[in-house]
Amino acid sequence: MNAAQQKETWFGQAVRRLEDDALLRGKGRFVDDIHLPGMLHAAFLRSPYAHARLGAIDTAAAQALPGVVRVLTYQDLRPLLTCDRIPLAMPSGAIRFDVDPFVLARDEVCHVGEPIALVIAESRHVAEDALGLIGVTFDPLPAIVDPREGLKDGAPQARLDCPDNLVAQMSAAYGDVDGAFAGAAHVIAEDFHIHKGGGHSIEPRGLVARFDAGEDLLTVWDSTQMPHQAKRVLVRTLGLAEHQVRVVAPDVGGGFGPKFVFHPEELAVAAAAVLTGAPVKWIEDRFENFMSTVQERDQYWSVEAACDAEGRLMGIRGTLVHDHGAYTPYGVALPYNSATNLIGPYVLPSYRLDIALSLTNLIPSTPTRGAGRPQGTFVMERLLDRLAERLGLDRAEIRRRNLIQPAQMPYDSGLKTRDGGSMIYDSGDYPQCMARALAHAGWDGFEARRAKARAEGRVIGIGLSNYVEGSGRGPFESASVRIGPSGKVVVTTGAAAQGQGTVTMLAQVVADGLGVRPDAVSVIAGDTAASPLGLGAFASRQAVTAGNAAHQAAGEVRAKVLKVASQWLEADPEDLELSAGRVHVKGVPGRGRSLGEVASALAGLPGFALPPGTPPGLSAAVDYQPKGMTYCNGTHVCEVEVDPATCIVSVTRYVVVHDCGRLINPMMVDGQIIGGVVHGLGTALYELMAYGDDGQPLTCTYADYLLATADTSPRIEVHHMESPSPLNPLGVKGAGESGTIAALAVIASAVEDALKPFGVAVRDLPATPSRLFALMHPDLATPEARL
Amino acid sequence: MKAAPFAYHAPATKAEALDMLAGLDDARVLAGGQSLLPMMNLRLAGPTHLIDLNGVPELAGISRAGDALVIGTMTRQRAAERAALVHEACPLLAEAMEHVGFQQTRNRGTVGGSIAHMDPTAEIPVAASALDAMLTVESAAGARQFPIGELAEGYLMTQIAPDEMLTRVALRLWPKGHGHAFEEVTRRGESFCVVCVAALATLDASGAFSRLAIAIGGLAEAPVRLSGIEADLVGARADQDAFRAAGAAAGALAADEAPFAPPAYKRHLAGVLTERALARAAGRARRAAA
Amino acid sequence: MSERVRIALTVNGTPREGEVEPRAHLCDFLRHSLHLTGTHMGCEHGVCGACTVLLDGESVRSCLTLAVQARGRAVTTIEGVALPDGTLHPIQEALSAHHGLQCGYCTPGVVMTLIELQRDLDGGPADEASVRRALAGNLCRCTGYQGMVDAALSVLNAAPRAAAQ
Ligand code: FES
Ligand code: FES
Repeated sequence: MNAAQQKETWFGQAVRRLEDDALLRGKGRFVDDIHLPGMLHAAFLRSPYAHARLGAIDTAAAQALPGVVRVLTYQDLRPLLTCDRIPLAMPSGAIRFDVDPFVLARDEVCHVGEPIALVIAESRHVAEDALGLIGVTFDPLPAIVDPREGLKDGAPQARLDCPDNLVAQMSAAYGDVDGAFAGAAHVIAEDFHIHKGGGHSIEPRGLVARFDAGEDLLTVWDSTQMPHQAKRVLVRTLGLAEHQVRVVAPDVGGGFGPKFVFHPEELAVAAAAVLTGAPVKWIEDRFENFMSTVQERDQYWSVEAACDAEGRLMGIRGTLVHDHGAYTPYGVALPYNSATNLIGPYVLPSYRLDIALSLTNLIPSTPTRGAGRPQGTFVMERLLDRLAERLGLDRAEIRRRNLIQPAQMPYDSGLKTRDGGSMIYDSGDYPQCMARALAHAGWDGFEARRAKARAEGRVIGIGLSNYVEGSGRGPFESASVRIGPSGKVVVTTGAAAQGQGTVTMLAQVVADGLGVRPDAVSVIAGDTAASPLGLGAFASRQAVTAGNAAHQAAGEVRAKVLKVASQWLEADPEDLELSAGRVHVKGVPGRGRSLGEVASALAGLPGFALPPGTPPGLSAAVDYQPKGMTYCNGTHVCEVEVDPATCIVSVTRYVVVHDCGRLINPMMVDGQIIGGVVHGLGTALYELMAYGDDGQPLTCTYADYLLATADTSPRIEVHHMESPSPLNPLGVKGAGESGTIAALAVIASAVEDALKPFGVAVRDLPATPSRLFALMHPDLATPEARL
Repeated sequence: MKAAPFAYHAPATKAEALDMLAGLDDARVLAGGQSLLPMMNLRLAGPTHLIDLNGVPELAGISRAGDALVIGTMTRQRAAERAALVHEACPLLAEAMEHVGFQQTRNRGTVGGSIAHMDPTAEIPVAASALDAMLTVESAAGARQFPIGELAEGYLMTQIAPDEMLTRVALRLWPKGHGHAFEEVTRRGESFCVVCVAALATLDASGAFSRLAIAIGGLAEAPVRLSGIEADLVGARADQDAFRAAGAAAGALAADEAPFAPPAYKRHLAGVLTERALARAAGRARRAAA
Repeated sequence: MSERVRIALTVNGTPREGEVEPRAHLCDFLRHSLHLTGTHMGCEHGVCGACTVLLDGESVRSCLTLAVQARGRAVTTIEGVALPDGTLHPIQEALSAHHGLQCGYCTPGVVMTLIELQRDLDGGPADEASVRRALAGNLCRCTGYQGMVDAALSVLNAAPRAAAQ
């Protein structure tokens, strides 16, 4: 840490990350780095069909291959389990059918890649050799690939155990929307198709499971965002007691949503470890990742917007068909997030969105970074662009007329959040945020730039998008702060880290409370043995929930230190301070004690009294329960250049003004935003999980499915506003997903702006060159349903 | 994603390698491995025997023989990209090479491996086609030569027999003062070609084409030479009309269906890139003459 | 199972030996035979770059190089980048200072790519576009690349003495 960081408070400083040193030296400990004596390796046989009845499985030849230990099917694992299916779906009255997944396919396979059998062998190589020797008879069935097709009368069933494909239906609604349309000056209608891809952490999923019969303990090292949830599922399905299962998330090479979800392989491998008595490792390879890790995929929106003569929104109504995939490992929150996020920072007097979740024979659909919100933002922002066009207004002007004003905060949007509370925006100055972004990006000077570019034969465009993100979701997160006689400060938390800098963030918060340097704080995250309670990483929540829990716990420890020290030093607590690992009289560092000495006194000696009036131990544990969601917001402006001859889009400038309340570590917040934007840029321009009409995935390598790269990503300028959240003591809001949320909309807006002279309207994402070509040359293009 | 088992052979000489090819059933040669090894990891390829050519020094090297640039099959792409001789005598190849894969794959990938693999969107075969490459293929029984245009026999299939291997590529060099250009549209940034075009041109004193060559990749299983329009344009002024005529000829070619690249889009790109490549090549020739 | 082959090579300056199946790629060998787990695997088909190591000084995909092919050659992995006394290489140092890593999974490959770039530039100046191009073969899902680009530029364009430290 440099000299500039030797400040009084660590909160707000761009402290260098405590995580970095080990990672930079190749000394991280990711799940595939774990090597246990006697460890066996697993490989899964996966369905080659999108939909089929499962017949006999002949494992004899595979079992006979030298090096193979066991070949397991559903029938082999079921006796170990307490239930037929893995109970995963979050409670929702809207879900009509039980489509929780099985540990391995039982009588039906419902997507390509669904695990059918598991080979346990001495090496991964041999396990894969054995897969080819397993004989399975399939009775292929029609597959539903397009969620809209699946909802039509007479459509084949995506699952034989469900009478139809409408797995859930719900609406998000308030106000008199039909009345609004009846009285509107302008009404527009649009259809949108948004494809959002997978999470694509560069580290795939994976786990090592070991059942120690002597200790009667199942330990699972799992590349997960949710170790506590994984433990709960394992406890329940394996019929074990809480103390018999420990789940550790070691270093996790990125999450981005899919590692929030418990997948059948996690149970299958754990069960195999119980069955074989040996540690078992399974590391997902990239090919499997494309066929079995949950993704986000398609939404089809048909919406109308109504506004008055000045362009003020009066109502939005329409329908959303959401591709749910073949199972429910999550719930209905994904499309609901889309629906609620549509409102964004705007005054929308009335709203009704009817949502249908359609079962398909594809991988289950669950949140990836942004979690449905980018789609909602995309739809609202596209509608505003259209209304601006209709009314002949500047795209910034129509937004100005509709933004929620600071005086309206806290603002009740009219909708309910998923936990049943009201969706109330807590703070923020949306008009100023947009104004700053426009100023930074030179919005007003763009037409001059466009004219100059045109004179040089170049085609450029500019786009604008606002967004709001509900972050810091509850119900709670845990953190405890403990100082032992060694003087070391240890924080344990139920939060989990996949690269966000959670360790550094918590160390900064606690360092301030205890007057130590952040690098004197050890943080243990993601280990169910260290924190009995916890949730994990989702919904951009950990700075809010774990951050405040750690803040409060550090405050309690501090109070105890002061109390003990004031007795020893015969000084008023107000006259004491904590610094450099000591508590001492203000201004007299010599008159004090180290934190270790205080901890020693509180650790107790046999037969000696503790300092009067103090319970033993120098620690505090807090389960912080947020009062409500806290809403961050921002504005993105970007410029693109499009080669109209090749339809290649390059993003040439990208400006973000972002407000996530008080910043704990601005460098890490910037990192979250920039990473999020580039993820969204990939979604907007490149990422497309394509399927054939038979449900076969067509893009199962990184040569087919394209992530944004260094050479296709622009420099992203991030500017901050800091409207503290009134809902938590630190005044912080989440930041993990917000970069992604506006990226889809702003890039679409800019591409459309560039190509408007060529008659292009962007309604589908990703806006790939071949799609743009088809829009520019409707006469030449062949219809491509899915590419 | 682990390769199926195979027997590994590491010959030290070409003769040894050819004997192995003659004697072993279901054998494949391993050049740079940047296409074959991913296919083996995915178990899309699974030869019984793998004959690794990386220990055969005589198969690599770049030299000049009269009006030909002779490139040993095992010459690393990165070596060709950086070789002074290539830059000086065959700048088209150097320019094409920059578009091939990633630096980390070019460090290992070979010129011959790319040609023998015959990926429809690979850049090296396209440049080689514009340069009238003559391929030498050898087996234990002897050597034979044929032009690159005769190599492909179908998608990722070539006329190289199971007991043969590509050993040498001879590129016909163009005279000093020629112009060259390589144009490409990718699916993303530097990677994953959709359509690419290589163009070469010389101009006479009046500014008319005296010779030109245009090859296009990505449309079909193998590079396509625009022989008809090449002949038509000899003697024509190297101006916008000529470039456009070449583009129109390219845009009229047939294009295969491919994921993410519908034929109409690929034909369109062939036209656009041909026009651009020829314009750039002619411009270079003009500047060289001046 | 195919028979195993003995190989000897130099890894991070130290002679190492091992026994491998011919089908084992260099990445599996480094990680699982030598327990040098700093080199990561993200795709095993040559696109993500997480497995990048230096083979005789040149960056290669260790997932697309067989372990047997490294026989007699010198491999450098992330574990061999810092100085023997533990001092981080300037590129490692800069990646931390510029927040060029988050989860750290892609980082070893990024470091190897940038070390090669630094050597290729040989003290010549680097611009942002060329750094971005050089990194095109290293996928990162966390950082949006900006921190690593800034880190690279800071090292490559630093005064020569600082870069040599
Ligand atoms: S693992 Fe080797 S390039 Fe991805
Ligand atoms: S830091 Fe996580 S993938 Fe690059």
